[in-house]
Amino acid sequence: MKTTAHLNKALRELLRTQQLAVLATQGGGQPYGSLVAFVATDDLKHLLFATTRATRKYANLLTESRVAIVVDNRSNRDSDFHEALAVTVMGKAQEVKGSERDRLIELYLSKHPYLEEFVMAPTCALLRVTVDRYYMVSRFQNVMELHVEQ
Amino acid sequence: MNTAIHLREIRDKDRNRVGGKGFALAIAARNRMNVPDAVVVSTEAYSNYVAATGLRERILLELNRKSFNEMRWEEMWDASLRIRNMFLNTPIPTQLSARLSDSVDKRFSGKAVVVRSSAPGEDSAKASFAGLHESYVNVRGTEAILEHIRLVWASLWSDAALLYRQELGLDVARSTMAVVVQEILVGEQSGVAFGKDPNDESQAVIEAVHGLNQGLVDGTVEPDRWTLDRRTGRVISHIPAHRDKAIVASTEGVRLEPLPPLKVGTPPLNKEEIAKVYDLVLVAERLFGRPQDVEWTFRGESLYVLQSRPITTMVTSESRDKRSWYLSLRRSFDNLRALRAKIEKELIPTMTEEAARLSDQDLTVLSDWELVEEIKKRSTIHRKWVDVYWSDFIPFAHGARLFGQVYNDTVRPTDPYEFMDLLGATEMTSMERNRMLEKLASIIRENPQLAEILIGDKRTIAAATGNDEFDLLLNEFIDRFGDLFHGMAQSTQQRSAIIRVLLEMASRPHTPKQTEPKDVEALKNTFLSHFQGEQRVEADELLDLGRTSYRLRDDDNIYLGRIEGQMLAAVEEGRRRIKNRARVDTDRLDVEDLIQALKDPDYVPKKTVSPETAKTDFRTKARQLVGQPAGPGIARGKARVILSPADIFAFKAGEVLVCDAVDPTMTFVVPLSAGIVERRGGMLIHGAIIAREYGLPCVTGVPDATSLIRTGAELTIDGYLGIVVLGE
Repeated sequence: MKTTAHLNKALRELLRTQQLAVLATQGGGQPYGSLVAFVATDDLKHLLFATTRATRKYANLLTESRVAIVVDNRSNRDSDFHEALAVTVMGKAQEVKGSERDRLIELYLSKHPYLEEFVMAPTCALLRVTVDRYYMVSRFQNVMELHVEQ
Repeated sequence: MNTAIHLREIRDKDRNRVGGKGFALAIAARNRMNVPDAVVVSTEAYSNYVAATGLRERILLELNRKSFNEMRWEEMWDASLRIRNMFLNTPIPTQLSARLSDSVDKRFSGKAVVVRSSAPGEDSAKASFAGLHESYVNVRGTEAILEHIRLVWASLWSDAALLYRQELGLDVARSTMAVVVQEILVGEQSGVAFGKDPNDESQAVIEAVHGLNQGLVDGTVEPDRWTLDRRTGRVISHIPAHRDKAIVASTEGVRLEPLPPLKVGTPPLNKEEIAKVYDLVLVAERLFGRPQDVEWTFRGESLYVLQSRPITTMVTSESRDKRSWYLSLRRSFDNLRALRAKIEKELIPTMTEEAARLSDQDLTVLSDWELVEEIKKRSTIHRKWVDVYWSDFIPFAHGARLFGQVYNDTVRPTDPYEFMDLLGATEMTSMERNRMLEKLASIIRENPQLAEILIGDKRTIAAATGNDEFDLLLNEFIDRFGDLFHGMAQSTQQRSAIIRVLLEMASRPHTPKQTEPKDVEALKNTFLSHFQGEQRVEADELLDLGRTSYRLRDDDNIYLGRIEGQMLAAVEEGRRRIKNRARVDTDRLDVEDLIQALKDPDYVPKKTVSPETAKTDFRTKARQLVGQPAGPGIARGKARVILSPADIFAFKAGEVLVCDAVDPTMTFVVPLSAGIVERRGGMLIHGAIIAREYGLPCVTGVPDATSLIRTGAELTIDGYLGIVVLGE
């Protein structure tokens, strides 16, 4: 279907070009939002981000792995209302370790080379979000759901 | 900021801020040609207005609801109407308005003027298209002039301009509009002249009428036409017009009047005058460096240039570019009046007669070969009426649009579609049909025994149920409207299909229609109170024309549906006959195949291939879809998606009708439905009209509606904002 191909392309483009995303976690029923540098895997089934283990978001993820992430291309102008594309991602975050971690860090740093020191620090955890679905909002109010078959 | 510049003060550097027309007039004046006194409202005034009032952002939002590639012309017309209404309801900020008033007052106090669009870049041949933006003739008084400046600004976003957006380089962020405010010259003869005939480069053309040239430009008054040798000015041919009327100036605007007998027999121009006009286009050509299209007028002996622009030809290949046809839909009041007479007195009676004649014929007695001939004949008849539908019925639908525009201009409602309530207070054939259905349902509702008979007898519905009132009414219904059900189901299933719908209707209480008739009278009075005397008579007539147009927009579908029904009945008979032959899937046979199979018992139909769907890792689901708000209200219900005509019979009370385009064969389920979602967009389309009649929430123009929504999906329809939400 034409729509699907078009959506996939727009989603890929957005995830490729945006550096930062808003991550939502929760602890004890209290939602918590933070900004993270992310990268998407080539099949768009996973997103990666890094955090040090002392952060509130990391603590939250230990008890509740379900997360929501918002990626968008707004430019803080009026035109955002008709131009901006926003994607809400729903999924589960898990810390990656061992050889898997080495492989994924390479991918992460290919997008964010300036974060090498940060990611390589022993206190820093690399987290992989397994995407359940994407909600894409375009033209102000059009919303499409993309269910990811893992 | 230089908001208004007098013609004589325009310098070369002002070219962009005064637009093409303004600049051409300034050059003409500078070179001592006769031009009417004029002031040009600069593009800065437009920019200032849309920025200060926030209109620019509102236009952006309106035009970005959906991609232009997915918009039908009707949707562009709608978007344009909404934008026009924004301009109508947004006053010019005080400071700017004071400056403009000052300039206009100083120059034209009390004099009548013409307010013309003057888009930047339109003096270059590439971007010059006649008739995309508006001009207004004979506007008097500062307040009225300022209002018409706003209307000319709004016409930067006219449906025509939206159609030609790419050629124009139309861009909300950058496009602007200058306005020429020009003293009116009430000429005795007027016309246009082309320095070079686009069809024959060796010739020049002059067209002329008695009176003002407004009538010539919009096609109401037929002009005399002269062809001249471009080099020598010698007249090659003269085609006289059927001269009977002229546009003259009236107290407010212009008026069409019968021509006095003396002028009927006299061409508007004599030999000397033709020579003068010819000289004028040559001078203009020399001045502007390329052949010109000049609007001119004679006052006494003096010849005036009203506007001059380079000649452009819109080269469009007919099959690929329908835009010029869309533009031809914008008809004048007189043209529509004539069209109405043709449709009411000639086309519809002939159509009804033809359908009745066809339905009287017994198809079962025909031989296979005779049936083939009958199918061909009926297909030809159907095609003929489809052509009429496009050439006469659709253009007539513009009557409702014309009324809408006049209504919005005079009443200035906040809801740009308020005029539809006024137009909707008319009888439509489908409403009558639905009333009959409701009556039948109510008989079932009151007679549980009858209901039982009908439920138990689904397969072979007896001609008589024993309830005389019901039987009589049902037969009458089938007589009058039964042919609409052809082709949706086999004719033998027709009766049971209707009864299934009736049982569904009877299963829930009757809810009367929600429109309040009291509003209509008030709306009408408010509208008419803006006019006096002769104008009031005309406004009343326009309303009547608009109502007829609105009603016909619905009825013509039904008349055409009857003809189609007869064509399908013959096809159906053919299918029935070859169904018995083994291995032939008759439902999938197209007409060509069917004809072959009827002629040749050994014919093997081509295989139908269903398109393969692309594989993706993601399952895509729509969550929220945006279309146009076409019927206010909010509703929830399960979707019933109509992919093939037979799907409509499974419709259950309380479901939401989701379809590509509501056609008349579907409207009988509308009273049962919770709301309507339609892929086809527009406010004056069938679905929107019917939804408004029943007070149902309706969203039209939802791209891919029938593929993104599945039958059974839970829908919430927001008819205020034009949004459809899927799922809980």
